[in-house]
Amino acid sequence: MHFDLSEERQMLADTTNRFIADRYDIKVRHANAKLDDGFNRETWAEFADLGLIGALLPADVGGFGGTGEDIAVIFESLGRGLVVEPFLATGILGAAPIVEAGSAAQKAMLEDVIAGTTLLALAHGEPDSRYEMASVKTRARKTGDGWQITGNKAVVLNGDTANKLVVSARTSGEDTSEAGISLFLVDATAAGITRRGYSNVDGGRAAEIMLDNVSVGADALIGSEGDGHAILEATYAKGVVALAAESVGALEVSRDITLEYMKTRKQFGKAIGSFQALQHRMVDVCIEIEQARSAVLLVVSTLDEDRHTRELNVSAAKNLIGRINRLVAEEVIQLHGGMAMTWEYAAGHYSKRLTMIDHQLGDTDYHLQRYVDLAAEVA
Amino acid sequence: MDLNYTADEVAFRDEVRTFLKEKLPARLSTKVKAGKRITKEDYELWHSILNERGWLALHWPKEHGGTGWTPIQKHIFEEECVSAGTPRVIAFGLSMLGPVLIQFASDAHKNTYLPRILNGDDWWAQGYSEPGAGSDLASLQTRAVREGDHYIVNGQKTWTTLGQHGNMMFCLVRTSTEGKPQEGISFLLIDMNTPGIEVRPIITLDGEHEVNDIFLTDVKVPVENLVGEENKGWTYAKFLLTYERTGIAGVAFAKSALDKLKRVSNSQTQHGRPLSKDPLFAARMAQVEIDLKAMELFNLRIVAAAGEKAPGPESSLLKIKGTVIRQEITDLLRRAVGPYAMPFSPEQLDEGNNEEPIGPDGANPLASSYFNNRKLSIYGGSNEIQRIIVSKQMLGL
Repeated sequence: MHFDLSEERQMLADTTNRFIADRYDIKVRHANAKLDDGFNRETWAEFADLGLIGALLPADVGGFGGTGEDIAVIFESLGRGLVVEPFLATGILGAAPIVEAGSAAQKAMLEDVIAGTTLLALAHGEPDSRYEMASVKTRARKTGDGWQITGNKAVVLNGDTANKLVVSARTSGEDTSEAGISLFLVDATAAGITRRGYSNVDGGRAAEIMLDNVSVGADALIGSEGDGHAILEATYAKGVVALAAESVGALEVSRDITLEYMKTRKQFGKAIGSFQALQHRMVDVCIEIEQARSAVLLVVSTLDEDRHTRELNVSAAKNLIGRINRLVAEEVIQLHGGMAMTWEYAAGHYSKRLTMIDHQLGDTDYHLQRYVDLAAEVA
Repeated sequence: MDLNYTADEVAFRDEVRTFLKEKLPARLSTKVKAGKRITKEDYELWHSILNERGWLALHWPKEHGGTGWTPIQKHIFEEECVSAGTPRVIAFGLSMLGPVLIQFASDAHKNTYLPRILNGDDWWAQGYSEPGAGSDLASLQTRAVREGDHYIVNGQKTWTTLGQHGNMMFCLVRTSTEGKPQEGISFLLIDMNTPGIEVRPIITLDGEHEVNDIFLTDVKVPVENLVGEENKGWTYAKFLLTYERTGIAGVAFAKSALDKLKRVSNSQTQHGRPLSKDPLFAARMAQVEIDLKAMELFNLRIVAAAGEKAPGPESSLLKIKGTVIRQEITDLLRRAVGPYAMPFSPEQLDEGNNEEPIGPDGANPLASSYFNNRKLSIYGGSNEIQRIIVSKQMLGL
């Protein structure tokens, strides 16, 4: 057993970290988030040139990475910078279904994704599906030479700027059954699609997407008809790796900002970091951040195992990360006093992102219950 | 012992309910319940409605235009108001400055300012915290130097809540550097239209403008605006803070937020049943409800024991427990709407905005409100400071 990154991964980490440190401070981040798209297209192109999108995808689709370790290395860096560019939406949630099960033609499209010229989004969640992966009311009806899709999709991350959408739709079965969900690659500007984009609390953007009899060809189907659930699980697994690793990056920066503050902010004639009541809490924060890093390693190491092992670790990671993120986000604000309540100061924005990660891909409670259920399956 | 309301108290509650039914404008309660932004005019309107009935100054004795109510009556009133969806009563004049003036100020000050507070002629801002004096309030550096009939005030105040609306400010200033820091502080009333005062907004992490920095440069304040004695301001300041802390327990707010949580969690579905029936979520809600029920009685025990007097360090216990419970409820509210906690559309919080909400009605402000309410354990003396007060003053540690 060893915990060192390979030389290549270390280089990848260094490249990304350097870019974030040199070129992506909190002011740049806010400016990018404020743009109409919710991110900066020029910065996205630079990220593409650095190979960071390609590093999220495997060689058979033109990438040069795509393993759990690659994802974790990159997202940890992105978390350090609170990066708002659409890595998760395009590089993971949008691309993973195609990597997993796409046709040759669909995979060929990923070259433009790697080049930074095509943006993707996964349109899966629905207005009342909450975190339930199998809850899909959107329907795809077979037509002569393709499909017609109708339904509503909720809080689609970067759904307003995506060029292509991976849309889940039911081709058979009950509204909540795992079987019968199919995935389709749909042009985001296809007739019958209405998008309502909006800002997110933590700086990114999302969209409500309405599909009204959207016609797609037979070649739009990703994988086999009705087998979408398994593809979605594999996609979410990578998504959870990304979110957990992003959390570790954001957690460590939060810790560092807070430590610096505790060492410099003086009250009652001394640094507030000299008070035991605060020292002990900061130690607990540090312990939990180490736990978070371990959670990432665990889920990364089981990403290619059998479905049951993988999913058990996915839910474990998302539950643990959710608990740790809340603790640290709240402690960071409290330990600062009023300062971290302000927009101007960076720490509050890290707390917001850490908190909102719990609202993506299933929250703490959802994954705790899922872990219990999965664990019971073996016994 | 009888934990039920007496017949008189029940009759009082009914009287309050009738009043609210008749006098609370539906436009206001709709805004409050939807979590929309409450304007200065909204607050002033509600103050004037209460004042007309003589129910505005809860904590003042009758001879100064207060209600003279028992602690139980105050509790009933606050609870009914929150449950009906009234705007808050802005505390600065009524619950903070008013009791200080009544206790310590000259008759001239009382006669001048108390009626103006009741009539809504003045909106008071609180000039307490400074960039270098937060938890350690006594280290404040804003200087007031006596020159003839005036003090010349220089310094910076911060975290001044709703200071953008203020025309008057009660301000802690340093008039002496001799002895302990607490011994050189005075309590000044400052007209915010005096030259040399600049109010700058602080935008909080939810994107809202609620608090401000206030810069004072060579501000001339007439000597007669000193409350009580020079260099005795710390006593008045602490007296005021105990009043601030009692309100901070926020029992009525917590109960109303818990009701909302129950409504929201009933309308959300998880694992094929209402979220309120989800064992994990239901357990979280039940626990906070159990805490709240005990805290409500805790609060009543403390305020009943204090009677007409200012509550003692026990108010620190209430502040800690009350804020932790309220924060827990706002955390659950945010979680309850799942992915729909994500959209951020602050423009929809304006009254005139009729855009269709994104996701379930009322989901929009929940994440912002969670972040905003992190302030509860920070302001009015952080919960860490409250613990120090308790350990020193109650436990003798």
